[in-house]
Amino acid sequence: MIEIKNIEKSFGDAKILKGISTVFETGKTNLIIGQSGSGKTVLLKSLLGIHTPEVGTISFDGRIYSELSSEEKRELRTEIGMLFQGGALFDSMTVSENVGFPLRMFTNDDKHKIQDRVDFVLKRVALVDAHHKLPSEISGGMQKRVAIARAIVNKPKYLFCDEPNSGLDPNTATLIDNLIKEITEEYDITTVINTHDMNSVMEIGENILFLKNGIKAWEGTKEDIFRTDNEAVVDFVYSSNLFKKVREAYLRE
Amino acid sequence: MWKEIFSKQTKWSVMKGLIFKEIDDLIIDSLGIVAFISFFVGGVVAIQTALNLNNPLIPKNLIGFATRESVILEFAPTFISVIMAGKMGSFITSSIGSMRVTEQIDALEVMGVNSLNYLVFPKLVAVLLYPFVIGISMFLGIFGGYIATVYGGFGTSTDFIEGVQVNFIPFHVTYAFIKTFIFGILLASIPSFHGYYMKGGALEVGKASTVAFVWTSVMIILMNYILTQLLLT
Repeated sequence: MIEIKNIEKSFGDAKILKGISTVFETGKTNLIIGQSGSGKTVLLKSLLGIHTPEVGTISFDGRIYSELSSEEKRELRTEIGMLFQGGALFDSMTVSENVGFPLRMFTNDDKHKIQDRVDFVLKRVALVDAHHKLPSEISGGMQKRVAIARAIVNKPKYLFCDEPNSGLDPNTATLIDNLIKEITEEYDITTVINTHDMNSVMEIGENILFLKNGIKAWEGTKEDIFRTDNEAVVDFVYSSNLFKKVREAYLRE
Repeated sequence: MWKEIFSKQTKWSVMKGLIFKEIDDLIIDSLGIVAFISFFVGGVVAIQTALNLNNPLIPKNLIGFATRESVILEFAPTFISVIMAGKMGSFITSSIGSMRVTEQIDALEVMGVNSLNYLVFPKLVAVLLYPFVIGISMFLGIFGGYIATVYGGFGTSTDFIEGVQVNFIPFHVTYAFIKTFIFGILLASIPSFHGYYMKGGALEVGKASTVAFVWTSVMIILMNYILTQLLLT
């Protein structure tokens, strides 16, 4: 479980996060949504420790990040899996080497044990023939799956995903969404996803945090989002006619 | 930056592989261009010296002497290092800069890897072998001078070899290798700094490489002056 209490973050005179508090529960897919510039990425980077909030605390299962020593912070980071928007695969390494990287860095497992684990997670993300390919030799969707495999290979407690569907076709996007949800439940991970994608919201949004101008404007589940009359959420989520119709159909049922 | 490079060391089993890869990329891959340039510039130094020897009172062995002094004191350690600032330096800046742009450095940090140690430390270790490259450059520069002199008809083999041996001061080689060692550290650290701390996209990677080349060259030339003043006067 990740608990955020009243965090504030500014860059120069611009206050980006204005007192956000929430709880991201374990075993659930927690989504952060909002328009560009609403503070989603800053919030995600604050959770990852890339940005340091000026006010407030972030605790990981009771461990308050700002109170940890540098060594404890590094230890905590080994419990984190991250899926970057562009995959962030190491382009000089093969798929297999990319996935095995956290194991080579942080475990004392021998080559065979590492390879077995790599084979297992690559099979889990439905990639069996790509072991020896370089990231540049595989498609965007496959790169995302490799990135997911790398993020979960060391059995993380926390999984962060930044725009996991960006640049993917609808089929692959749904596949990635479902994969993240399955993995979250299977490994009982606290997953936090930063997304613009309304399909993801409808498919896997178990807990949705809506940000507007750096403020928590709304929080609820994907079912709540159909029923809410919060103007900011309705404007953002149902800006397209298609989603308006989906909502009307849902409410009629 | 320096403190981070040497703190929280990457596991030795991983670091070993990284060091060998950097030796291959930075040292072995530079040998071809260094050999080519050294051989021909050594030849040109010898020819130009020979063409300026109009006075019959000046001994022909001056060609070998001048080639040796030029190559060992300045050409091999300093000018090869400036050329390496372009070759090795832009490779380092662009490879680290690309990793910054594509979030690979963020990925390392998020995983709990000390990215500065992981990326820069192996380069610093690899450049400890840089004096070896300069040693080859010295040898090939003088050899190029020998070939140009003898086969160009500017002097005899005996004259050239005698010139290479005359008034030889062993400390000049030590001085050249001390310079080379310092330049090697500059060659690895300045481009790494510009790559690691760059901001922006692909265009900025190119700009960072250019800036890194300029600063590395400037620092090499400045350090060359300071070290010469300290060691030879």
